[in-house]
Amino acid sequence: MGIQTPNGFTLDNSGKRVVVDPVTRIEGHLRLEVNVDDNNVIRNAVSTGTMWRGIEVILKNRDPRDAWAFTERICGVCTGTHALTSVRAVENALDISIPENANSIRNIMQLTLQVHDHLVHFYHLHALDWVDVVSALSADPKATSTLAQSISNWPLSSPGYFKDLQTRLKKFVDSGQLGPFKNGYWGHPAYKLPAEANLMAVAHYLEALDFQKDIVKIHTVYGGKNPHPNWLVGGVPCAINVDGTGAVGAINMERLNLVSEIIDRAVQFVEQVYIPDLTAIAGFYKDWLYGGGLSGKSVMSYGDIPEHANDYSAANLLLPRGVILNGNLSEVLPIDQADPEQIQEFVPHSWYKYADESKGLHPFDGVTVPDYKLGPNAKGTPTNIEALDEGAKYSWIKSPRWRGNAVEVGPLARYIIGYAQGKAEFKEPTDRLLQTLGVPVTALFSTLGRTAARGLECQWAAHKLRYFQDKLVANIKAGDSATANVEKWEPKSWPKEARGYGFTEAPRGALGHWIKIRDGKIDNYQCIVPTTWNGSPRDHKGNIGAFEASLMDTPMADPQKPLEILRTIHSFDPCLACSTHVMSPEGQEMATVKVR
Amino acid sequence: MSSVESFYDVIRRQGITRRSFTKFCSLTASSLGFGPLAASKMAYALENKPRVPVIWMHGLECTCCSESFIRSAHPLVKDVVLSMISLDYDDTIMAAAGHQAEAILEETKEKYKGKYILAVEGNPPLNEGGMFCIDGGKPFVEKLKYMAEDAMAIIAWGACASWGCVQAAAPNPTQATPIDKVIRDKPIIKVPGCPPIAEVMTGVVTFITTFGRLPELDRQGRPKMFYSQRIHDKCYRRPHFDAGQFVEEWDDEAARKGYCLYKMGCKGPTTYNACSTVRWNGGVSFPIQSGHGCIGCSEEGFWDKGPFYERLSTIHQFGVEKNADEIGLAAVGVVGAAVATHAALTAVQRVTKRFDSDRR
Repeated sequence: MGIQTPNGFTLDNSGKRVVVDPVTRIEGHLRLEVNVDDNNVIRNAVSTGTMWRGIEVILKNRDPRDAWAFTERICGVCTGTHALTSVRAVENALDISIPENANSIRNIMQLTLQVHDHLVHFYHLHALDWVDVVSALSADPKATSTLAQSISNWPLSSPGYFKDLQTRLKKFVDSGQLGPFKNGYWGHPAYKLPAEANLMAVAHYLEALDFQKDIVKIHTVYGGKNPHPNWLVGGVPCAINVDGTGAVGAINMERLNLVSEIIDRAVQFVEQVYIPDLTAIAGFYKDWLYGGGLSGKSVMSYGDIPEHANDYSAANLLLPRGVILNGNLSEVLPIDQADPEQIQEFVPHSWYKYADESKGLHPFDGVTVPDYKLGPNAKGTPTNIEALDEGAKYSWIKSPRWRGNAVEVGPLARYIIGYAQGKAEFKEPTDRLLQTLGVPVTALFSTLGRTAARGLECQWAAHKLRYFQDKLVANIKAGDSATANVEKWEPKSWPKEARGYGFTEAPRGALGHWIKIRDGKIDNYQCIVPTTWNGSPRDHKGNIGAFEASLMDTPMADPQKPLEILRTIHSFDPCLACSTHVMSPEGQEMATVKVR
Repeated sequence: MSSVESFYDVIRRQGITRRSFTKFCSLTASSLGFGPLAASKMAYALENKPRVPVIWMHGLECTCCSESFIRSAHPLVKDVVLSMISLDYDDTIMAAAGHQAEAILEETKEKYKGKYILAVEGNPPLNEGGMFCIDGGKPFVEKLKYMAEDAMAIIAWGACASWGCVQAAAPNPTQATPIDKVIRDKPIIKVPGCPPIAEVMTGVVTFITTFGRLPELDRQGRPKMFYSQRIHDKCYRRPHFDAGQFVEEWDDEAARKGYCLYKMGCKGPTTYNACSTVRWNGGVSFPIQSGHGCIGCSEEGFWDKGPFYERLSTIHQFGVEKNADEIGLAAVGVVGAAVATHAALTAVQRVTKRFDSDRR
């Protein structure tokens, strides 16, 4: 018995229910339930955010200049992007402009995050869905070396290098203490790589683990540490002093050189390791084109990386901005985050209460009253869930919609929008990759497309790092060393009431913060994060979100070993600590929370 | 299944010479701040002990502790994971998911009863029957208690597990609760910070595997070797504090000269951590070095100690001379009260409200 969703999916929950909980190799806590038919094809998908932290309630009545530090702790993986969104929201509310150097340094921070996050995601959170570690043991190191050298001039590619690694790996596996590789799906029929490619990928898993710790040093230079670097309303905290007294205590030539050297290595690693691996691995999976979900229908990107300071218009943003609906690639619709008709959050299937749940609320006016209860058709008890009832409330994630539409956000959304806009920086590398793989452009709308877009964006971001670092140096050379605007630092210079919003493109997609300030304090704070868009439960009309849509109609080789589910869900890089949030303009929900 | 091998076996079969091995031991020992004798003890331990199973669980948190951990430069985290410990369960990086992942917990509990380390990142929320953090369909707090039963010791990673951190800031809507308030019958090592420094994290792990015992802790449960001095005590800008040279506003001449950030709200004088000595990300920098004051992220309740840009009012020009134990004992009485007195009225109200909500 099928149910037709307004956004074009047929749901059938009559088959066998398969539960994956916990979903691992993600940030936070996520549960997935799917129904498979007699042929083990997924016919119904239920995605549930299973944690709730309440950061926005905690922000109420605090100093808006502190908000970046609180919101940064929403996520330690995409660390910094919430902080950037927050300082932009406060600056938007209070009409604070920032110096050009601060814009360049913020862009460098954000691009560093993109490079780091995509790299770690590909190798450490996603690769094991495609790479069989145990199979690497039977590889011929010489053939692995030939393969590696045929796709890249990366120096670590000799037969001896791979032989040593294989020996190390073999002893590790033989020890019986498999560590993080324990109970993996090794030998699963959905693994398609030859042993040699597996061995190469395992080598790069370890090399990437070493290298990622160096990329983030850019955050350490400008922000003092990573994860969770420091930010500042009105600019950046690091002062610039290239040749005066005390230059050793500021951004000086040595610091600029350190960043520059890391950028060069980042470009090299992405181009000589990540992109060749991506192409090679994708080459063996190009028939596995499941997981498209909403990507071929509706996608959204806020845009980010302003070329010049203080201009957030689409024309000044280097990452694309706009919405595509119902697969109409010929029209990219404009976004206004302040328009109450455009972005709204719904809760009929979320563990929150609204006065009227048939309506959505714009983040400036949103409310959240936690309301945890299972539906009548759930199995188990309230503290021992065996199966959820998706006909009722079933997730700590709300359902944000753009003009009532469920949309997908993230690197693939950005690339589809950039491609549709004909932007060469996005279109040309995409076409090149598609051509190399010998697949049509429609192949983009898939799990593979999502994984590929992330890799291409990592390469783009690495080159843009170089661009903004050079721009920063040129600006300093031209005599401008300003990094902060303190005109409106003191709360007494602020209006009695103000409201504003900030946005970024986090590695996982469109991120927005909305703030209301009253008497110098936060009156209301709301975040809608990428995984809220992608991982949302059904809405008031029954539209399913991107995670659920992406799992539909995927055949599973063995439902007990849900490799295909992990493959597609990981391609979104879920971030659940981000997606589960709460706000209330009056703080009323506190009265409803029972302490037990 | 073959017998468990030692760290030394592991590196020998990687082709590492005995000479390199002893060099590694002395380097690691000195990087941890120990003398030459420690190096030979370390070598003995690494040659004779199996890899310790570690179960790493996540409650309410943001994963910054895991992210920090993988940044470790000495030792490299791949060497920790492949050679020093056996990280058998870690939701963030493990290959298995769902029931295959859960099965590892059962196996570890049975096979390594009393011999595994439970590392906890984040904390359990107790409101709503614990269902603000659901793991495998059940409250996370159940899983935590279940795995704690047979653990040898618990490492509470970061400010979340140690103190509660951001989700426990007033009014703590989920009743997020530090690990030591839930688990009372096991040794708990607190490694606070948001996140802790990578090399401090691997330093704690390698200390345990190397010396076969838990590090010495202060009264608040933190390893003395990393948390017994204030950021201020070893801050390279300290001479400017003593000379009365302060940054007065962001990006002023004093900021460019690297003067003291105390007037910008720096919490270095009351924060116990290794930032000004070990520094971050392979020793590249730390918050104060990059121009922003310390926000005190390794201190209990630091989110509720007033706005970050408000200065501490009770810091004497030539230093308070209390050690971590004394401050720890009187944390609320001395530091908390001092900050509250100094803070604006609203902040006082907020602190008061927090205690009210704690009592509710």
